[in-house]
Amino acid sequence: MTATMIEAVGLTKRYGETRALAGVDLEAAQGSILGVLGPNGAGKSTAVRILTTLARPDSGTARVAGFDVVTEGAEVRRRIGVTAQDATVDVALTGRQNLVMIGELSRVPRRDAIARADELLDEFSLADAADRVVKGYSGGMRRRLDLAASIVTRPPMLFLDEPTTGLDPASRAAMWGVIRDLRAGGVTVLLTTQYLDEADQLADRIVVIDHGRVIAEGTPAELKTQVGRQRLDVRLARPAPSTVDAFDALAAITSAPPVISDDQRTFSVAVDDEPGLASRVVAQLATVGVVVDEVALHRPSLDDVFFHLTGHAAEVGDSSDPSDIPGEVA
Amino acid sequence: MTAVQELDRTPTTLAAPQSSARSPHFEWLHDAVVLTRRNLVHVRREPAQLSDVTVQPILFTLLFTQLFGAAMVLPGGGSYTDFAIGGLLIMNLATSAPMGTAVGLGSDMSTGIIDRFRTLAMRRSAIVAGRTFSDLLASVMCAVFVALAGLIVGWRPDTGPVGLLAGFGVALLFGYSLSWFGACIGLGTKGPESAQSIGLIILFPLAFVSNAFVPTNHLPAWLGKIAAWNPVSAVGAAVRELWGNPNPSSTIHEWPMQHPVAAALIWSLVILGVCSVVANQLFKRRTAE
Repeated sequence: MTATMIEAVGLTKRYGETRALAGVDLEAAQGSILGVLGPNGAGKSTAVRILTTLARPDSGTARVAGFDVVTEGAEVRRRIGVTAQDATVDVALTGRQNLVMIGELSRVPRRDAIARADELLDEFSLADAADRVVKGYSGGMRRRLDLAASIVTRPPMLFLDEPTTGLDPASRAAMWGVIRDLRAGGVTVLLTTQYLDEADQLADRIVVIDHGRVIAEGTPAELKTQVGRQRLDVRLARPAPSTVDAFDALAAITSAPPVISDDQRTFSVAVDDEPGLASRVVAQLATVGVVVDEVALHRPSLDDVFFHLTGHAAEVGDSSDPSDIPGEVA
Repeated sequence: MTAVQELDRTPTTLAAPQSSARSPHFEWLHDAVVLTRRNLVHVRREPAQLSDVTVQPILFTLLFTQLFGAAMVLPGGGSYTDFAIGGLLIMNLATSAPMGTAVGLGSDMSTGIIDRFRTLAMRRSAIVAGRTFSDLLASVMCAVFVALAGLIVGWRPDTGPVGLLAGFGVALLFGYSLSWFGACIGLGTKGPESAQSIGLIILFPLAFVSNAFVPTNHLPAWLGKIAAWNPVSAVGAAVRELWGNPNPSSTIHEWPMQHPVAAALIWSLVILGVCSVVANQLFKRRTAE
């Protein structure tokens, strides 16, 4: 039997004039990773804040680990770990002191909290920096500490709000590894991200949010099919008429109509995702004597997803991010 | 960054979710103590934070006793130094304790750490209490420095150990109640800087329109009335009475000056009661969204 760890129906939330959520449903099965994908200001953080009992929905209901986030907040908090978008560790404490404190505040006996902190510092490659003040940590180290802090109690449900935003590729890959390991250990994860490839890499299901609404959902494969295929850009060594030959030669690979550039030297065409596609393209073109300068395959980006689903590009604007407009300024 | 395999074994929380054999009050106290320890680590990182409970009391004690002492004649006689130490204790506590709480909470509220605390299985109300606990410890330190500086300049209490401790106790209780007043300011203002300036605007007149440094016997009637009913005066008179030091206020015919210990305790408990309720409401409102 697979339990449902997140069950949210019709969540709405306003911050003053800003409508952060306009009726969002979310569902995550136990042991799965739910990717919530959307640009800045789409409402991702607001959804996380509601599910983690930091904010109350204006309407709608949500249950996390079987408990209502509004009426049974304390029960929810006993079962979740949260890594917010901005690191929420104490920068004046050392890494170890942070983890022990969070353990103790989560009702872990002090001795166990100390042992658990050691364990986590090792696992997250922070052992060398364990007794240094967090103020001196790099961005990647802070994120790792933040994630470690979220799993001190080994919660069955983990919320990660843009865990890799701003990280270098190596730290990002490392973070993905950790998230996969957590899932392998049976943890349910809700992960928000602005990156399609991140959701694609990690999530079992993806929900795409824009302007506080769910605009698409499904498995990564379903979503990509819905969004469209990869784009192949080919730049020829000589202009037309060889373009025509090139189309004919490629007809076997793609049936979509190509788009030709004004100088007749470049064309773009939608193709299916197949292994070895690029080398097949070059070989096929060689059979008709077309010499290629450049072949590039473009996977659908978040921009493509948004353009396809909404007809507008993903707006990347910090000002509309609801996490920047906390209701705290009362 | 390798596997977090432990999770295989325990897909539930480390802290058994259901079982919480301890009473709610114990949990609250436990959380507040953990946070107190955290605040003390902050102090250790930046010891300059403690200047208002170390350097300031010494400086003020020397300044006031040496400067004013030379010119001041107490109604009813007695040494100004013996009179002044009680007042200096109250004045230092009445500024440092609430300001520490106001600025400390103001800083915490402006970072993400409160959000982290609010997603943990802890008692949320312990966040404010933990801050007041660490400020109480700072107040104890402040009291020690005032007393040491006082002994150096010639202050001598004329009472037994019980009276001496009772005097410190009354003063510290008052300082602690003002910490909660500081909490209200820290939570009601937008950041640590505004908490600081608003706190000082309220606290300095409170500390000065009192018998802390000067006998209030010959003030103009209206000002004398305010001074007599100022909680700072009640605590000042109570401490002097308990320490057996000169207390000119005992001849003022206002109830708090006739019953300074009772008045000091009542004031402290009223401030504590009102401000702790208000502070917890402000905290809830500030974090509600």
